[in-house]
Amino acid sequence: MTKKITLRKLKEFIIEKLILLCGLASIFFVMLIFIFLLKEGLALFKTVKVSNFLLGKSWYPISEPPELGILPLILGSLLVTFGAAIISVPIGVACAVYIAEIAPGKVKEVLKAGIELLAAIPSVVLGFIGMVTLVPWVKKVFNLPTGLTALSGSIMLAFMAMPTIVSIAEDALYSVPRSYKEGAFALGATHWQTIWRLLLPAASSGILAAVMLGIGRVIGETMAVMMITGNSAVIPQTFLAPVRTLTATIAAEMGETVVGSEHYFALFAIGIVLFIISFVINVTADLFLHRKPK
Amino acid sequence: MDKIQVKNLNLWYGNFQALKNVSATFAEKKITAIIGPSGCGKSTFLRVLNRMNDLIEGVKTSGQVFIDGENILSQDVDLIALRKKVGMVFQRPNPFPLSVYENIAFGIKIHGLKYTKDTLDAIVENSLREVLLWDDLKDKLHRSALSLSLEQKQRLCIARLLAVKSDVVLMDEPCSALDPQATQRIEELMRELKKHYTIIIVTHNMQQAARVSDDTGFMLLGEMIEFADTHSIFTAPKDRRTEEYITGRYG
Repeated sequence: MTKKITLRKLKEFIIEKLILLCGLASIFFVMLIFIFLLKEGLALFKTVKVSNFLLGKSWYPISEPPELGILPLILGSLLVTFGAAIISVPIGVACAVYIAEIAPGKVKEVLKAGIELLAAIPSVVLGFIGMVTLVPWVKKVFNLPTGLTALSGSIMLAFMAMPTIVSIAEDALYSVPRSYKEGAFALGATHWQTIWRLLLPAASSGILAAVMLGIGRVIGETMAVMMITGNSAVIPQTFLAPVRTLTATIAAEMGETVVGSEHYFALFAIGIVLFIISFVINVTADLFLHRKPK
Repeated sequence: MDKIQVKNLNLWYGNFQALKNVSATFAEKKITAIIGPSGCGKSTFLRVLNRMNDLIEGVKTSGQVFIDGENILSQDVDLIALRKKVGMVFQRPNPFPLSVYENIAFGIKIHGLKYTKDTLDAIVENSLREVLLWDDLKDKLHRSALSLSLEQKQRLCIARLLAVKSDVVLMDEPCSALDPQATQRIEELMRELKKHYTIIIVTHNMQQAARVSDDTGFMLLGEMIEFADTHSIFTAPKDRRTEEYITGRYG
């Protein structure tokens, strides 16, 4: 009898420690990645000033001497992201409202499945589709020399941000207590008044978090933007010009740089910049998501 | 004066008949209580009177309900105007997640009534005075309504109706979430309000019905078994089932 109990205790002990180990391992690997990123990225600043790196207007990493200013890349990323947000936020939130509030049962199921399917499309496939359909279309409609523009990137990325925005915003709307809606209807409010004056404000922190996470996804996206934004590292003047993003720069140039060169370190430093941007966005989203209702 | 007349009202949720041939007449500026065991259809009945059952899919009704002479079950009734006139107080107080002030202004704004800053201030003050919240809340008008006590929330929900000048107030077990003292104070408020409003209260609490109401209806399994003035229902019920219920033999 006692033997059985000690055996059981031992089993519990082992399982507990194993789980602990797994947990620690994941933290350990994240730390390693982070340290590696810092080590390789910060090495750049022994030779290049931080301000020259962040605010430098030209990116010619293989000229002699190399010019490593990433301002055009930062602006490229921000422009494409901003455009994607302008397109995806209104459509995404409206879609969430429709699914959460208006759509009848069947339609709702179909739409939700559709949104999830959209999230499951690999970005390289979206990029490819964008390249053969959207890019020629943009070229024709705006009568441009090339359709590889920030606008094309924004439209394509909007598709990628949409599933995140819709599903999280829909959750937020769905979790608004039903009693608010009943109270408003019982006062004679129309459906739209209820949505606009009560449900959206009540769900606002969740919706903001949804938007932030959608933007986070967009700014870290690489493949599709590399395929359809044209990748020219100049400071963008309009949405209709080619741009190059931070992510595309790393992906495109990683293979051809010499390990240990300034260019190599610069790419890691870009990684740090991206890391900081994503981190800030995620923390902000988290703050919104866990904000206690006042 | 009769404010509301219900004639042969039937209601089905899908195939389940929740109300069976209910008829009743509600007097103006009086309190009528509807009592009965859980599941007898009393809340369903109440929700017919402002058509809140419309929100549930698969609900069918037949019969007639006249409020001020207009059949509110007819297809072309203006639901918004109906619900403005016939307000509802719920079991769980449900103030909106807005400030105290905005909770009361909500009705005015959604109905597109004309107001200026001054008239709106006055309406908010009057409504809060009517439910005896003004002295407690006059310095906290811009605080979130969710921070109030349960009793204050319920009073605020009543004030919200008064602001749009409802003249019928439906109350669905309005005190079941409150403690006995708060219940007593809400009952006092109801007596005060009946000077201007027609009140119908659904309650499972027979003592409450006996204390506040002028008329009482007893419902059982979707039927209105007995409907009379409260005194006769509680002292000389005509139906055996009513008697059994109020003497506590079931329910």
